Amino acid sequence: MSGMNVPATIDQIFILFTDWVAHFFPAAIRPIVGVVLGVIGIISVFPGLFALTTVFERKGLGRMQNRYGPNRVGPFGFFQPVADGIKALTKEDVVPFRADGVLHFLAPVVLLAAVFMGFAILPVGRNMVLVDMDAGLLFFFAMGASTELSVFMAGWSSRNKYSLLGAMRAVAQMISYEIPLLLSSVVVIMVAGTLSLPKIVEAQAGYTGIWPHWYVFTPWGLAAFLMFGIAATSETNRSPFDLPEGESELVAGYFTEYSGFKFAIFFIAEYLAMFSMSGIATTLFLGGWSAPLSFLNVLPSWFWFFSKVMCFIFIFIWVRGTLPRLRQDQLMNFAWKFVLPFTLLDLFVTALWRFMGEGWARWIVCSAILIAAYVAMGRVGMFRKNFAHRRYRYAE
Amino acid sequence: MLGEGIIKGMLETAKNFAGSYVSKERLTTVQYPEEREALPEASRNFPILIYDGPEWEAGLRCVACQICEKECPPKCILIEKSADKKPDAVGKPQFYPTRFDIDIAVCMSCQICVEVCPFEAIKMDKEFELATDDRFGGLLHDRHQLAKSNEYYHQIHPVEAAEVDARLAEERAAAAAKSKAAAEAAAAKAAAAKAGAEKPAPPAGGGA
Amino acid sequence: MSVVETKTERAEGWNRPPQPAPEGEGELLEIAMGPHHPSTHGVFRMDVVLDGERVMKLKPVFGYLHRNHEQLGETMSYLAIMPYTDRLDYFCSLSNNWGYALAVEKLAGQEAPERAQYLRVILAELTRIQNHASSIGFLLQEMGASGTPLMYAFREREKILDLFESLTGSRMMCNYMRFGGCRVGVNDAWLNATRKVVAGLPKFVDEFEALLTGNEILMARTQGVGVLKPELAVNASITGPMLRASGVDYDIRKVDRYGIYDRFQFRVPLGDHGDIYDRYMVRVLEMRESIHILEQALKDVPGGPVMDPKAKIRGFRPKPGEAYARIEAPKGELGFYVISDGSPNPYRYRVRPPSMINLTVLEDMCLGHNVADVVLIFGSVDIVLGEVDR
Repeated sequence: MSGMNVPATIDQIFILFTDWVAHFFPAAIRPIVGVVLGVIGIISVFPGLFALTTVFERKGLGRMQNRYGPNRVGPFGFFQPVADGIKALTKEDVVPFRADGVLHFLAPVVLLAAVFMGFAILPVGRNMVLVDMDAGLLFFFAMGASTELSVFMAGWSSRNKYSLLGAMRAVAQMISYEIPLLLSSVVVIMVAGTLSLPKIVEAQAGYTGIWPHWYVFTPWGLAAFLMFGIAATSETNRSPFDLPEGESELVAGYFTEYSGFKFAIFFIAEYLAMFSMSGIATTLFLGGWSAPLSFLNVLPSWFWFFSKVMCFIFIFIWVRGTLPRLRQDQLMNFAWKFVLPFTLLDLFVTALWRFMGEGWARWIVCSAILIAAYVAMGRVGMFRKNFAHRRYRYAE
Repeated sequence: MLGEGIIKGMLETAKNFAGSYVSKERLTTVQYPEEREALPEASRNFPILIYDGPEWEAGLRCVACQICEKECPPKCILIEKSADKKPDAVGKPQFYPTRFDIDIAVCMSCQICVEVCPFEAIKMDKEFELATDDRFGGLLHDRHQLAKSNEYYHQIHPVEAAEVDARLAEERAAAAAKSKAAAEAAAAKAAAAKAGAEKPAPPAGGGA
Repeated sequence: MSVVETKTERAEGWNRPPQPAPEGEGELLEIAMGPHHPSTHGVFRMDVVLDGERVMKLKPVFGYLHRNHEQLGETMSYLAIMPYTDRLDYFCSLSNNWGYALAVEKLAGQEAPERAQYLRVILAELTRIQNHASSIGFLLQEMGASGTPLMYAFREREKILDLFESLTGSRMMCNYMRFGGCRVGVNDAWLNATRKVVAGLPKFVDEFEALLTGNEILMARTQGVGVLKPELAVNASITGPMLRASGVDYDIRKVDRYGIYDRFQFRVPLGDHGDIYDRYMVRVLEMRESIHILEQALKDVPGGPVMDPKAKIRGFRPKPGEAYARIEAPKGELGFYVISDGSPNPYRYRVRPPSMINLTVLEDMCLGHNVADVVLIFGSVDIVLGEVDR
């Protein structure tokens, strides 16, 4: 045991633990036991992370606004989610009289199921993926699209004019941003050559010197990463794209008629969707579970994965605390007239990257094209809408 | 460039976020009720009646002139005058209030009663934790609840109380001087009358 | 033109029929926004007729906060009305106090001494800064910025309110001006504290602008929205930052030169488009000008009394007559009209509320816009229900 590689052991500790437990069972059902333990792991870790994130969000927003967040319940307020959970569970579950009862009940369940499915193909660490599918990314996007179904189920079953309007707006928003989301991940598929997420991570796990091969450090990767980030923010209905759930708007949103635990499930599902989107973004662009610098690989791979996901979460919270909301038609305009064309251009640039082969020439050409396009499109967009910085005159 | 303003805004927020861990300027919360900021001297909330000396009923400065009752904008003061008199802060016999109620649910803390009181009897307190669950009489303060000693007044408004004391001392001195002068004049008149009575003089009908 | 004709014209304008819906579309949706609504700055209702998302007709309904202020004024003495003026526009109590004190001073022929005049200007400009900061904060809160600009604005507002509390005794309901001056004097400690606060304000406005002015989302949501043409603004008697954002150069501090404003150098910012962004920027620039005025005023505050020695607190009976005095309150032209008949109570007391008069053009600004914009346009008018309803 003296030659044991401690970092590697800690890195694979969950795999070793699963193998150890599986040995207590007959050989025939060992794979099933492995999968069951993986599922238990996912169902316990990610909701736990959700609870932590709610506190981080409230405290983070508070600190940005020069105030403490919640700090009364538990040490530094970290038992707040327990209090919130008790509140959600003990509230009366009000179902409108004319609502479609079955659909009303199924909507949050379907949402939660679809979101949890998205975690099945996420490589959380080295050798740590629940299902190693060859078309893992495709599966993820399919599950992501299923969430839109449940949003509409929620709006429709409430038999409330305003809920339905809110649901339709939310679905329109989510569908508009699906395309840039997919297209930004297509560039990664083009370069990595595979739809399988663990293989995409391995394609980025090399180092030149100490610098990683992450796709975000390439011009096309950075552009795709930004567009993916915008699309992911919109998919999960986060600020500044959170019009469907904005309280100061007329229509209160598709989950108006939900109370108590069902509302909590919608809430959980939104945050879990945020985690899975962050997880996919990490996997596609930030090198998944690989460390940022080569000598940092002593720390376990799952630690790096979760740190990167938490960085994303922090950026989500940061953006929420700073930016006001976009209006519905403005965010649709933004999707179709800016994000989508830019993503299409990025596809072309990635193809150019592969075509030009190794060397510094492709860096310069691709960066130049992307920067020029971004600046030009930005200027044109603002000009057409007459948005400009203004100078003001004074009277004495 | 598109997004420049957004980035600037986000840097601003990040500055506040980081700053909240290092400077008090960026985290201005006072964790009430564990921490309390001291109220400034001039702060006012609801009125109180001042009494001098150890006994509140005897030392109450209020003479039930009812000026504050008349001037109070929302009419939250109710005063009932006594039938007899007792000496006031400067020694002159005055009426006193047998009943002085302020309904602090109505009082709007405007401080006009303090401004118009000629006897420095009613002043503003700073106490604001007066919530009660007795909704029928809990917010109607009678004169016993309103009576606070001059030492308490010095505690809450030291500068103002010092000025008030100085003014009252001046008035007392002036009143004492006046009464002394009046007594001397009376004594002089009595002496003159006595001197006049030794001569056969018509009855003057009582002394001077 | 006979009286009857005039009345009919006015009625038609008030009950304008909704613009015709496009052919073949569904029915119009009629909604009441408020009085319980997170964005209506108080209890206020808007009856909106929508075609899809666009506003076809909008009727503001207010009066939920009516407290009989003017009628109460007839039942109590001039001094007793002063604390009630605090509660008109409860954000800017000192400005209200000043307006009312000016009206009664005009009526009674009194004048405040120098030191009181300086104090009045200092307090009014501090009020203007905290009002504009809060107003912008609320506008952004309604835009969904989850309260961050609001918290920054309130952080600075707290410093100003602390100054008010150490001077007048109360943070918001100050009840500080009197006919003939101010209630209590200030000492050097307070003036130094004010100088310190004012010295920190330019940095705050810079940070506020860095967060907001160049923000593309803010620009997208506010530029071109809620346009108010200058002719309509002047005809509808709009005053304050709304008027100046439409490009009309009218600031009562420059026109009437009440108080001692003519001694200070300050500029009046004007907008060109009259949309929400212009109103927001005019408020920010006015904050900067107010800081400039404060720096000048705090430099040389003269000594002397703060109250006219001949002024009476009790038994104040001005001669019969009438007076109208107006000031540039942060929300617009705040006017007080007092008629005296020689008794201790006024015969008639009337307040010209800028918030209510600025609200009358809400429909004209909102027609054709989305419902989401209605909330923003309403926020950019910057009203306080205490003043609208009195």
